[in-house]
Amino acid sequence: MKHFALAPLLVTVLLAACGTAERPQPTPAPQARTLTVFAAASLTDAFTEIGRNFEAAHPGVTVSFNFAGSQTLRTQLEQGAVADVFASANQTEMDTLVKDTLVAANSAQVFLTNSLLVILPANNPANVQTLKDLSRPGLKLDLADTTVPAGKYARQILASLDKDPALGPNFSTQTLVNVVSNETDVRQVVAKVQLGEADAGIVYASDAVAVPELKTIEIPAADNVIAKYPISALSKAPQPDLAASFIAYVLSTDAQATLKKWGFTPIAP
Amino acid sequence: MSPQNRFTRWITTPVWVFILPSLVLLVLLGLPIFAVFWKSAGTDFFTYALAPTALSALRLSLLTSSLSTLLAVAAGMPLAYILARWKFHGKTALELLVDLPVVLPPSVAGLALLIAFGRQGVFGQWLVPLGISLPFTTAAVVMAQTFVAAPLFVRSAKGGFVEIDPQLEEAAYVEGANELQLFRFVMLPLAWRSLLAGTILTWTRALGEFGATILFAGNLIGKTQTMPLAIYLGLERSLGVALALSVMLVIVSVILLGVLRQLEKKVHNS
Repeated sequence: MKHFALAPLLVTVLLAACGTAERPQPTPAPQARTLTVFAAASLTDAFTEIGRNFEAAHPGVTVSFNFAGSQTLRTQLEQGAVADVFASANQTEMDTLVKDTLVAANSAQVFLTNSLLVILPANNPANVQTLKDLSRPGLKLDLADTTVPAGKYARQILASLDKDPALGPNFSTQTLVNVVSNETDVRQVVAKVQLGEADAGIVYASDAVAVPELKTIEIPAADNVIAKYPISALSKAPQPDLAASFIAYVLSTDAQATLKKWGFTPIAP
Repeated sequence: MSPQNRFTRWITTPVWVFILPSLVLLVLLGLPIFAVFWKSAGTDFFTYALAPTALSALRLSLLTSSLSTLLAVAAGMPLAYILARWKFHGKTALELLVDLPVVLPPSVAGLALLIAFGRQGVFGQWLVPLGISLPFTTAAVVMAQTFVAAPLFVRSAKGGFVEIDPQLEEAAYVEGANELQLFRFVMLPLAWRSLLAGTILTWTRALGEFGATILFAGNLIGKTQTMPLAIYLGLERSLGVALALSVMLVIVSVILLGVLRQLEKKVHNS
């Protein structure tokens, strides 16, 4: 039975380890702090750069990002995920969080707008030249799912294009038949088009900037959706002061220029 | 052992050393399953579970996981036999290749499939002149499931074939059996249990495949949206749909496990 003696010891060590994790962390030195930012998938490149600049301006601060579809992030926050800042690709998810009292009313502010366009693989396998070609039978069109803002906007745009006499009233119906997949976030659409597996996709203008080799077709401004991105601190943010200064930085001329570089429309002049 | 002795042993052995750690794991495994059932009981379970989206995902999941399991068994059994009984150069490398998908993250599997068999993939481009484009098809779902699940069958079947006494093999040869007869009349009946265990694992793994499927096959209702994909998207629509679908998947998995284990027991007893 001697060899059993180690087992209780091991269990004790394990339980002790659990205990440590549950205890509140000792107050960290003011220098070493982590700011947690939940941001829409379309912000991946721009916010990574903005985060690096923010870290450079605030020594000791680490910005930790969680990029995913806005609705996924909203669900995670509702289920108890801890974050300081939430940057959404649409107002709906922010409003839901306000209703859940996770975000204070009127604290969210729009920090950029984003429009959509059609992307094609570099070699354009289906030889798509105009929007009309999207309704050609057999074309492989990739869209974000209707639960994803970009997917919802893409369908709004197609419906609006039905009014265009050159495209005809059945344009959206014929085009939606060509949808081969409803992706869980907009970056998946970019990936499938970039790999040439889909003939076309409808994504944010910013997504096309991130992958310069993609070909693009503009959508007329009258039919396009201007997506407004709101940002806010969460009411239970562990680092409220850092959250506030991060949001202030995102709205600054400096960060707005970074956002513009990545294809977004800045709100600051 | 008398009851008296058994009692003495019970109180002198530190049984909690076994029980406590086991409880930690059982609580971790059991509570989430319980919670899913508990939560979904309150919602409009049948409205969600019988929704066309849910039923079409269930149908597609059962079809594709059955096909990929069939494929895994049909091709995996001979492969397992070769790996277990034959000696040749490069066998270790081959075994490594077969084991790899078991430890590989499904996202890597999905990307690898897309890069290899996609329309502009390394090998997939050769299929285009034949009019074959695999991504976004039900065939791609089956391929993704087979990629991640078949190795489980091969591992299990190989284990079964290895355990067989080599003397039986020699005896069969002495009796004039050829390799195929040896396989059919000696190996197959003796390795039955391992083969069934492998089938169970493969089937349930294929049923639960998510990562490789969404990357390689995409997500389209009725064509490539299997239950795990429908659950992921259901989560974003409403928790009720996701919960109802999860409960269905748990029930289907339990039935599958039960049926196959029953079969396994019968084979063992006969």
